Amino acid sequence: MWVRLVILGSIALVCALGVLTWGIAPEPGSRGFWLVVSRRGITVATMIVVAAAQSVATVLFHTATSNRILTPSIMGFEALYVVMQTALVFFWGAQSLAATDGLLKVAIQSALMVAFATLLYRWLFSGRLGNLHTMLLVGVILGMGFASVSTFMQRMLTPSEFDVLSARLFGNMSNSNPEYIPWATLVIGAVIVVVWTRRHRLDVLALGRETATNLGLNFRGEVTGLLVIVAILISISTTMVGPLTFFGFIVATLAYQLTGSSAHSRVLPFAFLLGLVTLLGGYFILRHIFSAAGVLSVIIEFVGGLFFLIYLLRKGRL
Amino acid sequence: MITLSNVSKSYAGKRVLGPISLELPAGGITALVGPNGAGKSTLLTIMGRLLEPDSGTVVVGEANVATTPSRELAKVLSILRQENHFITRLTVAQLVAFGRFPHSRGRLTAADQAHVENALEFLSLTDLRDRFLDELSGGQRQRAYVAMVLAQDTRYILLDEPLNNLDIHHAVGMMRQLRRAADELGKTFVIVIHDINFASAYADRIVALRDGELVMAGTPDETMRDEVLGALFDTEVRVRHDGAYPLAVYYR
Repeated sequence: MWVRLVILGSIALVCALGVLTWGIAPEPGSRGFWLVVSRRGITVATMIVVAAAQSVATVLFHTATSNRILTPSIMGFEALYVVMQTALVFFWGAQSLAATDGLLKVAIQSALMVAFATLLYRWLFSGRLGNLHTMLLVGVILGMGFASVSTFMQRMLTPSEFDVLSARLFGNMSNSNPEYIPWATLVIGAVIVVVWTRRHRLDVLALGRETATNLGLNFRGEVTGLLVIVAILISISTTMVGPLTFFGFIVATLAYQLTGSSAHSRVLPFAFLLGLVTLLGGYFILRHIFSAAGVLSVIIEFVGGLFFLIYLLRKGRL
Repeated sequence: MITLSNVSKSYAGKRVLGPISLELPAGGITALVGPNGAGKSTLLTIMGRLLEPDSGTVVVGEANVATTPSRELAKVLSILRQENHFITRLTVAQLVAFGRFPHSRGRLTAADQAHVENALEFLSLTDLRDRFLDELSGGQRQRAYVAMVLAQDTRYILLDEPLNNLDIHHAVGMMRQLRRAADELGKTFVIVIHDINFASAYADRIVALRDGELVMAGTPDETMRDEVLGALFDTEVRVRHDGAYPLAVYYR
């Protein structure tokens, strides 16, 4: 287990160094060289934040919902992000996207998404039909509803406004705002510390409602807490690089296979490192070998989607 | 002692249980018997706080099940449901170690480890300890689940059909172990059981339910009677008294 973790960590490190230093024209050590490295450092930092947020969020979501297929995006998170961005352009025009960039907007967006998630889960869990299937169904329907509203508004936009919007909606690792990174790191760091101290509880929660209750956990409370954490992580990731539907799924599923253990103390670091290797390695190959950096998230979604389908077909059920 | 007062439960306006008031003394084995749909499992899950009753209270020992923090309750009362599906892949030893969670919060001490070993040995699972649950037969898995609640080391243990999936040998073995745990360790068992003769042979008390209502509660000698069982199961039953315990014969 430790050997695999070290190997994975080394691969991630090599990828990071590759992304940072490959093919820089100025002499190594010169001022120009460090300028390029520090610009690329923003990309690497973004990837670390996104890998941590997505992997931890997906694993926690799987634990909270006792399934290993559905991801937070199915609950309508990213659709909410898209509808918020679209509404911004729709009501105030394309320049509003640029004008409202900044920490305040990120904070408000994150708070809105967390509030939406918490309200949804509170309502669904406390209701008479408070079970997981109802909740997922409502999540899917809400997601579809948001997507339809977005599509409707997008059709009414002028082509140039639509162009600006779609550039914003496809996640772009090399184009995130460096201003968010310290805040995102801070929040995600704090969340990860909280999650780590609760790792044994998470193992128990993964056994399902009845067994976890028997072992003395307040299941509903714990799950609500977890879902709030998931909402925070996903909203940060989405705000930084846009929607990534299948990334968390690949990373979490591979982590379960590779660790050969279900303990969160093992799965979580594995998932994070796998995410990091996927992002950094993919970026390195695309950018420096195929000169096509912008399409990383498209390719991850494509491969992830295929992987999801294959997994579903092989398993044969939810 | 487990005290139920006016416990009832309805689904979609249809009452499936109660109202039932009942006192079960501490110690020994209580068997809940009755036909399918009698409310046995519903009653057991309400006692084990996995299901909220529509009305009434359950007090186990000194703890009101509805108001005591789950964490405290888990040291007094454990419950095992009939069907257990986990998304995680666990070995027998890992599963049994989870039984120590209420005491250890995930960090097993030497004492916790000893409890796990005892529970494994008690159910003769020592050889299977490193096998994954999905590699076991239904009966072995059933024993592993019971070992988990035994490792939890609570005074009160509620089991929903612990003999499910067990062959004659293992069913007898399981009941002997429960009897031993009740006699030697002073545990209180409440079990849902289908085989009325197992209840007669091992239980101290039999509680008979039908259509969600309490039909009768008493010792095996009091409940194992032709007319009681016949009416309870809607089947002609003859109870024979030629052995150490009454035996119901109803096969043809």
